[in-house]
Amino acid sequence: MGGPEQAIQVTDLHKRFGSLEVLKGISLTARQGDVIAIIGGSGSGKSTFLRCINLLELPTAGTVSVHGETIEMKSDGHGGLIPANRRQVQRIRSRLAMVFQSFNLWQHMTVLQNVIEAPVHVLGVPKDQAIATAEALLKRVGLFEKRDVYPAFLSGGQQQRAAIARALAVQPLAMLFDEPTSALDPELVGEVLSVIGDLAREKRTMLLVTHEMKFAREVSNHVVFLHNGLIEEQGPPDEIFGAPKSERLKKFISSIH
Amino acid sequence: MLVGFIQSLKLAFGGYGLGLLIGIGGACGKLYGGPILRDLMEIYTTLIRAIPELVLMLLLYYAGTDALSQLLALAGYGSVDINALTAGIFVIGVVQGAYATEVFRGAIKAVPAGQIEAGRAYGMSPMKVLTRVTLPAMLPYALPGLANLWMVATKDTALLAVIGFSELTLVTRQAAGSTKAYMLFFLAAGAIYLAWTLVSSLVIRFIEKRATRGLVRTA
Repeated sequence: MGGPEQAIQVTDLHKRFGSLEVLKGISLTARQGDVIAIIGGSGSGKSTFLRCINLLELPTAGTVSVHGETIEMKSDGHGGLIPANRRQVQRIRSRLAMVFQSFNLWQHMTVLQNVIEAPVHVLGVPKDQAIATAEALLKRVGLFEKRDVYPAFLSGGQQQRAAIARALAVQPLAMLFDEPTSALDPELVGEVLSVIGDLAREKRTMLLVTHEMKFAREVSNHVVFLHNGLIEEQGPPDEIFGAPKSERLKKFISSIH
Repeated sequence: MLVGFIQSLKLAFGGYGLGLLIGIGGACGKLYGGPILRDLMEIYTTLIRAIPELVLMLLLYYAGTDALSQLLALAGYGSVDINALTAGIFVIGVVQGAYATEVFRGAIKAVPAGQIEAGRAYGMSPMKVLTRVTLPAMLPYALPGLANLWMVATKDTALLAVIGFSELTLVTRQAAGSTKAYMLFFLAAGAIYLAWTLVSSLVIRFIEKRATRGLVRTA
């Protein structure tokens, strides 16, 4: 059990898909206010790792704690784990906001309805209060005028900014960004990164899986380089990008510049 | 005739409503249920969709009500007369339910997985995901099939004439038979069915427009 300053603690996380072991034992601690960038090539397991934290993927072994509370798991009888207490998982998920690569806004709801959905129907916030909060958040991400529009009528960048507003609306303990700009056209990447950058400067706790190396270097205070399901190297961004130690990291960084 | 038409409407609304409930339950059973439930649902939809509706009506009406009253007698309620309207709604509901199960199953599968995943990621319980995300999101995909089923349901009510239920068709036949004005009465009945279908089409178009507000129209 970590102290209160520990936002997320992952210990020895393993994930296996059939015979393929995607995560081979990853431990990571995020303190409150940490902005941790998770980088690595495709197939390195970085997205799977992020998705194991809120149990969208069930880890095969290992533990996840959020604010000192360990998510209780039990054996599924086939060598894997399942949540021992589904309500606990739902409660923890409701405060770990995730931003997806493909936005995943609910298509049958307007932007505003998307933003108030979890506060009203999961957290039980009164609707008028949720709307007031949501409108302030939408102003902040520059989408107030689009609040009554359905997501399908927005650009990718606008949809992702709406998704970020939806994430902020639950007053998350930590935010999980799963390649938030990878599905965007190049000219739309900037508007989304600028919103995420603002959040990082506010010292919001976040884990950010990304391919945007320049951005990761700017906003993060810690960088984790995953390779083949293991942490190959980690450290402050200037060290990771300025003076990489391992051969693989050197190669990875030179390959993307 | 008007009374007969109202009886037909009651049958159609009741049977269709029951069919929708069975359909949602059946689709969820098929998609999320365990192996036994899935097999049971498969047997249900296969059997019902394989047998001609007229045969099913006769079977469910006579054998079904008989079995039900025997069951109630066993449970100590004594012999119970099952209301013809209730039985008719039950019969149409069971038939519609089988088709609706398949309509809903297809529609639920058409909902992008990310929508459901987002619901889970924000802490919704499986029930919340179903009622807040899956069901409303699948509606646009289900509506064309459901509209079809509604049209079929209104016409299926006529089949209940064979079991002596006084709906529009039976009433028309009786009126025509006693007055010998066959042409007049059957044309009138046809006109009523047509008018009802036209009204239904308008309502369905309106519902469809509302349900697909969030989709970009590609037409």
